[in-house]
Amino acid sequence: MPQDTLTGGFTEAPQQSARAFRSLMNALARPGTIEEITGGTGPAPLSAAAATTLLTLCDGEMPIHLAGGHDTDAIRQWIAFHIGAPICARNQAMFAVGTWQALTPITDFPIGTPEYPDRSTTLIVEMDTLSNTGATLTGPGILTTAQLSLPETAAFQQNRLLFPMGVDCYFTAGTRIAALPRSTKVEAH
Amino acid sequence: MSDPAYNFAYLDEQTKRMIRRAILKGIAIPGYQVPFASREMPMPYGWGTGGVQVSAACLVPEDTMKVIDQGADDTTNAVSIRKFFENTAGVATTEKTREATVIQTRHRIPEEPLTEDQILVYQVPIPEPLRFLEPRETETRKMHALEEYGLMHVKLYEDIAQHGNIATAYAYPVQVEGRYVMDPSPIPKFDNPKLEMAAIQLFGAGREQRIYAIPPYSKVVSLDFEDYPFEASKADHPCDLCGAEHTYLDEVIIDDAGGRMFVCSDTDYCGERQADGHRGRLSPKLEAAQ
Amino acid sequence: MYVAVKGGERAIDNAHDWLAEERRGPTDVPELSVDQIKSQMTLAVNRVMAEGSLYDPDLAALAIKQARGDLIEAIFLIRAYRTTLPRLGHSRPVETDKMACDRRISATFKDAPGGQVLGPTFDYTHRLLDFKLAADGETPEAATADPLQGDMPRITEFLNRDGLIQTEEPSDETPRDMTREPMEYPAGRPLRLQALTRGDEGFVLGMAYSTQRGYGRNHPFVGELRIGKVAVEMDIPELGFAVDIGEITVTECETVNQFHGSKTEPPQFTRGYGLVFGQTERKAISMALVDRALRWEELGEDNLGAPAQDEEFVLSHADNIQATGFLEHIKLPHYVDFQSELELVRKIRSEAQASTLKEAAE
Repeated sequence: MPQDTLTGGFTEAPQQSARAFRSLMNALARPGTIEEITGGTGPAPLSAAAATTLLTLCDGEMPIHLAGGHDTDAIRQWIAFHIGAPICARNQAMFAVGTWQALTPITDFPIGTPEYPDRSTTLIVEMDTLSNTGATLTGPGILTTAQLSLPETAAFQQNRLLFPMGVDCYFTAGTRIAALPRSTKVEAH
Repeated sequence: MSDPAYNFAYLDEQTKRMIRRAILKGIAIPGYQVPFASREMPMPYGWGTGGVQVSAACLVPEDTMKVIDQGADDTTNAVSIRKFFENTAGVATTEKTREATVIQTRHRIPEEPLTEDQILVYQVPIPEPLRFLEPRETETRKMHALEEYGLMHVKLYEDIAQHGNIATAYAYPVQVEGRYVMDPSPIPKFDNPKLEMAAIQLFGAGREQRIYAIPPYSKVVSLDFEDYPFEASKADHPCDLCGAEHTYLDEVIIDDAGGRMFVCSDTDYCGERQADGHRGRLSPKLEAAQ
Repeated sequence: MYVAVKGGERAIDNAHDWLAEERRGPTDVPELSVDQIKSQMTLAVNRVMAEGSLYDPDLAALAIKQARGDLIEAIFLIRAYRTTLPRLGHSRPVETDKMACDRRISATFKDAPGGQVLGPTFDYTHRLLDFKLAADGETPEAATADPLQGDMPRITEFLNRDGLIQTEEPSDETPRDMTREPMEYPAGRPLRLQALTRGDEGFVLGMAYSTQRGYGRNHPFVGELRIGKVAVEMDIPELGFAVDIGEITVTECETVNQFHGSKTEPPQFTRGYGLVFGQTERKAISMALVDRALRWEELGEDNLGAPAQDEEFVLSHADNIQATGFLEHIKLPHYVDFQSELELVRKIRSEAQASTLKEAAE
């Protein structure tokens, strides 16, 4: 077993996961806000932010899809050891991790049902950088407008039309994280 | 200090993950009731188990927590829940709204406007706003899916026909972001306008196994009619202790002859105003001067 | 004078001290030991284990002692404790046809292989207060016999062999777990049975009774009631086989109900099923009747609108911990909501009065 399989989990799970969750909640409740999130590290190319998000939210009951370059033996073993989540296809995923290019088209992921819109996938989109530039965001959690360096706008506009169904997205870069829930309206800047 | 016999904030990590996932779905779909596998807590169902589970999933060791019931920090339920978190999470507690990072409440929204750095957690007895019109979960779920809220409007309109007024004084239904009709928990309708705020609002119903949320600055509209607009009413008096004219008041019977006084239900707010020198009709200082 | 609600914390502490004193009672009377409760209040212990969903007679006895004999309070203590326990795995289904029966009776046959085993039952006692017990009378020793060897065949299997009763197809599907997932309707039979076995005995009894009185009548006979010990086995993946991890006493009831047939199937009897921790036969029989009533749809019967046929109604009101919590929470302060109603009633009354005066003036 490679060394990085065994390391990178939480050393103080109750406290670290609590702080990480607050970052996740603040990011989702205030779309466009960039939060710091630390505590976990996984094998490359998994960012610390994505690794911490998986450690905080996933367990044996949450199937994860690994897209493109994130579907490596090392990451699979790391997830098996620290999280115990089954790795699954796109249409079964409750969480999916990868670059935007690997995750698109996002229309294959579960979007929930009219009765249970919560039964949908949360995407963790790995980015090189994150900044408050680019697309303009409006909607719940945003006082006037916010800006976030989204990889594109059309897919998120399509996703917004599905509301209350749809996927929710986290964007991760290093130890930084931002979110775009399905409720946010996106306009190209 | 927290009791080492229990995990931080009492719940085991798997339970917290399950609740945290539900909270995030609730935030992503404002006003939608997310089902969650509520756990049995060491306090009875109906006594805030939903709020307690949500708070336990949110708390970090650095938090300062405030717990209120009926607006007061010193009511039995508030004392019991505050003690629970002191013992199991070891967090600091406060009675000052301004100092708190997490506020758990039953039946009130604090008078002091909340900030972006705060989280307000509501204890919810019956999360389904349509429940008293349609007792079946299978039916109300369909009604929410189809955005079929006609029955609610009919009920409110029948009230007007019968009483000349909408006869709902608390747990007054709201529509969040133009989509889901939501029960704001049994807060007096006076508090409804405050539901649009800077803080994150989370609602936990333990017995009914539902969590829902209102993200900051979300649009929250109390249901009404053009000719019968919503009105946030309160007792038509100033506070007898701090003189405030803009706060929700409790009516207290003070003697055998049925004499009454009206005082702020938000005890921290009233105390702060009195400390700032505000005086009401029955303020102790005034009594002493007479 | 302002009626202050300050000092809540001290009042609560004092109330708890008083409660502890009341629980103990007069100190010139010897204190009850947990062992005494466990071995002499066994049926109370059984009920607490069944509705607390935790098979542990010592903890159940402790809970009864702590709850001053209030069984719902004791069940609550057990449930709250149960939540804190990690789940290490799940057992294989218990094999009740291998049960070491203390009691086994059938109402549908005069006799059957294995015989009618009456066991320790109140059934044929005269319900006369036994004043000897008040005087600490000695208990006569009961006669014993050698235990029967081999499995105890199931009465309904004799009917099944002839195709006279509906076959229950075994399934390897993992049932959903009501303690780990939120309830969703329609729930289906596995979840229904889970909810009924931990449901309040009084509620399940009342529902069962209502079917007997005509609200969804389905003519039950007790095909078989058996009480005894069964082995609990657990698959250990590392070993590759199942090991015996202990033994529990359970009560199982199978009812044989009104025949039923359709255009494609000849008439045959149907079943209701009850399985409850401990010697809890009133509960097991009640459970079987309610289970049968809830199967109306699957068996192609009419919905008579009977309460016991209504899955959502039965399941969402069967749990006494949920029910008692919500019922008793109305003792908590509600003065904020009451105040808002008070204002509303005053407003509506003054408007009505004003319009009456106006009409009178006109």
